[in-house]
Amino acid sequence: MAYGEKVLDHYENPRNVGKFDQNEDNIGTGMVGAPACGDVMRLQIKVNDEGVIEDAVFKTYGCGSAIASSSLLTEWVKGKTLDEAKAIKNTELAEELALPPVKIHCSVLAEDAINAAVEDYRKKNA
Amino acid sequence: MNDKTDKPIYLDYSATTPIDERVVAEMLKYMGPDATFGNPASRSHAYGWQAEAAVEQARQHIADLVGADPREIIFTSGATESDNLAIKGVAHFNKKRGQHIITCKTEHKAVLDSCRQLEREGYEVTYLDPEQNGLVDLEKLKAAMRDDTTLVSIMHVNNEIGVIQDIEAIGNACRERKIVFHVDAAQSAGKVPIDLASLPVDLMSFSAHKIYGPKGMGALYVQRKPRVRLEAQMHGGGHERGMRSGTLATHQIVGMGEAFRIANEEMATENERLITLRNQLWDGLKDMEEVYINGDFEQRVAGNLNISFNYVEGESLLMALKDLAISSGSACTSASLEPSYVLRALGRNDELAHSSIRFSMGRYTTSKDIETTIKHVRTAVEKLRELSPLWDMYKDGIDLDSIEWAAH
Amino acid sequence: MAVYFDHNATTPLHEKALEAMQPYMEAIYGNPSSLHRFGRLQRDAIEQAREQVAALMGAQSSQVVFTSGGTEANNLMLKGLCIDAGVQRIAVSEIEHMSLLQPAATLADSGCAVDRIAVNEQGLVTQASLKQVIKDDTALVSVMAANNETGALQDIKKLAAQARANGAWFHTDASQIAGKLAFSFEQTGVHAMTLSAHKLYGPLGAGALIVDKQLPMHSLTQGGSQEKGLRAGTENVPAIVGFGMAAELAMQAMDERADHVRTLRDALEKLLQQFDQVKVFANEAGRLPNTLQMGVQDFDGETLLMELDRRGFAVSSGSACTSGKTEPSHVLKAMAIPDELATSAVRISFGRANTMEEVERFVEALEQILGLKSSAVMMAANL
Repeated sequence: MAYGEKVLDHYENPRNVGKFDQNEDNIGTGMVGAPACGDVMRLQIKVNDEGVIEDAVFKTYGCGSAIASSSLLTEWVKGKTLDEAKAIKNTELAEELALPPVKIHCSVLAEDAINAAVEDYRKKNA
Repeated sequence: MNDKTDKPIYLDYSATTPIDERVVAEMLKYMGPDATFGNPASRSHAYGWQAEAAVEQARQHIADLVGADPREIIFTSGATESDNLAIKGVAHFNKKRGQHIITCKTEHKAVLDSCRQLEREGYEVTYLDPEQNGLVDLEKLKAAMRDDTTLVSIMHVNNEIGVIQDIEAIGNACRERKIVFHVDAAQSAGKVPIDLASLPVDLMSFSAHKIYGPKGMGALYVQRKPRVRLEAQMHGGGHERGMRSGTLATHQIVGMGEAFRIANEEMATENERLITLRNQLWDGLKDMEEVYINGDFEQRVAGNLNISFNYVEGESLLMALKDLAISSGSACTSASLEPSYVLRALGRNDELAHSSIRFSMGRYTTSKDIETTIKHVRTAVEKLRELSPLWDMYKDGIDLDSIEWAAH
Repeated sequence: MAVYFDHNATTPLHEKALEAMQPYMEAIYGNPSSLHRFGRLQRDAIEQAREQVAALMGAQSSQVVFTSGGTEANNLMLKGLCIDAGVQRIAVSEIEHMSLLQPAATLADSGCAVDRIAVNEQGLVTQASLKQVIKDDTALVSVMAANNETGALQDIKKLAAQARANGAWFHTDASQIAGKLAFSFEQTGVHAMTLSAHKLYGPLGAGALIVDKQLPMHSLTQGGSQEKGLRAGTENVPAIVGFGMAAELAMQAMDERADHVRTLRDALEKLLQQFDQVKVFANEAGRLPNTLQMGVQDFDGETLLMELDRRGFAVSSGSACTSGKTEPSHVLKAMAIPDELATSAVRISFGRANTMEEVERFVEALEQILGLKSSAVMMAANL
């Protein structure tokens, strides 16, 4: 399978790989996917008092496109409000990374991950 | 062959092999305007006779490697066609006697899909589960046999995990019940000794391009005494004793013959060398955490090692190992996102099935290739585990099975 | 070696096609289904060949399905269309190749009606003869574009239109015409077309079925999704590459090749007029420029072939695939050629390397053979 340049870049130099303590109040964690399907994505956001995402990290078990989708997403959400982050669409990720049709589900998974992380944060801070 | 640094190291010999240069040299004698050319079916001139003689010589070489009579070798366009011919040919011929077939879940797609086709036609097929080591349990096979079973098809060496089935024992069980026994030997011919003169096997499929011969060429062994009857699948001029019509591709047949002749001469020394390489590879990887060999280690063809690197996803691993030409399973299914059905049939869990790599070594693999491979694999697995949330969880002592995953 | 006048049986591989193939027999190896670089290079090579073959035949490359040869393509056409699709009736011409007639016979065994379209004494299918057999439920009509024995050319465009008008699909076996004369998938309006690489200076072991995607085709082999699911099995990449190159070369040199062999054939035909006992078949039909099939009155065909072989000429009676048999050919029978004449058939099929000098020598040899005292001929026949 031929990968696009941007996928390769994010795959070879993934941004913001890491882990936050998910028990902290200012952390939202979204873990989506399943080992059975060959991809699991964990996206974490650190939210400041103004409700702005000041940091984000990820770890992904999955193909290169899944890794790239989550890596790109961590870059995009930084500095965004929770609502802005939730508004990111998988199609934007897919377009930016030039994902082939068989890899579109990777970008969907990333969208699911940010939504889940925001939900998690809101639940904790409700 | 791997001396050029810009070319990945080829460790995909189970998908296809390069053609041996000695084979190419023989083939070229039958290719081109200045070569010996002719339609082997032409009976009225020397062009045809010479082509026919070359075909018969090749048939002899093939028969010699597997202990068969040349008259028992039917040429086809490849192992897929051989499997189709054997399975559908026998099933159709014996339709009135019975419509039940037994095979195993880890067979090549050519066998499984032929069986599925027969199911569509109204036949019944039992797909045996292999044991965890990939081998068929003889008692379970016997238990599956019925009075209306007409065919058992079990492969000799598995293309993904390299395990060698005990075809002698299976064949004997089939003989007791007068059931025709077909063996897909695409991955074993030239790698495992085969003596059809003594083996209780009725039909056996061969491929040329898996043993340094050309693509587009295969054969089916059809036992003569007692004669195995099957219905032709390709109709036309009645070539190959009416079992397979179509102009014989002389140069390809010559290539297959030469490949089988060389294999006959060199199999023993080559296997020794390959086992050394395989041990070198495993020794270089086995101290890593959470690394598993798929399939029985002892009952295994020399050039194959199939390993699961737990918590690392196979496709990303292949991507990280772009300097190695390897596969995450069989080439025929490698474009799909599904985990290997062979590993699933062994009872491997999803993570392990998704994280497998097949290393298949061959005639041109060197010790240095393996050294480089070990280095690349270790680096890549380490990097991807750093990225893997599953690895994190494993390190934190979390049981992955305890988590409710949202399958998508 | 003898002079080779049997190009309709098989042609020598073109040196440039061989040149194109050789890298794929040596340095460039790999399984086209593999995801790695080795696999990708193989896939690219197949797609290029698909373009080349499509270009020669005026088709779209996506319509080209590579097979192991013409026989497989004909089998795929008939059985792949008819077995699962509930086809009740098909029509095939009397003079088709065995690789078409035999699969048709298996269809007949399984309950599909197979009607035979008659030919006239020139070996031609007329619109009237097609009209006679085509019925409302005829799903497929198959008529070969050029006959392998006589070389007779059918009016495929007209026949295809007639089949279409009756709601039937139309297939033509174009194995013999491809590369010899301009022949277009699109312009003739056929739905499917069979090709064989080794008839046009390509390698043995490759062929194709060009097929309109609206036909509900099924694969005959199971075990892989190669060739859009219509042909399971690892692709024969070197042969496919050679086929592609042979197609390209044929396209470039078509007129030149056709002129060359036509000159030889016409000269031969003229020289043969001196023999009263020689009768050229389908001589009033449009024919392939390289082909001449003749019968020799009161002469045993086997003896004739043997005498020609002794004198250094490789020819055949008709189809190589049935050349083991002494029966008169089904093609000549269908043309109502009397058995005595049909059994003496000799087919001369020229190729690009043949020369006028060879033609002259052939005629001299024939003169000698025909001039032999009948007793000597009888003795030779009894050897």
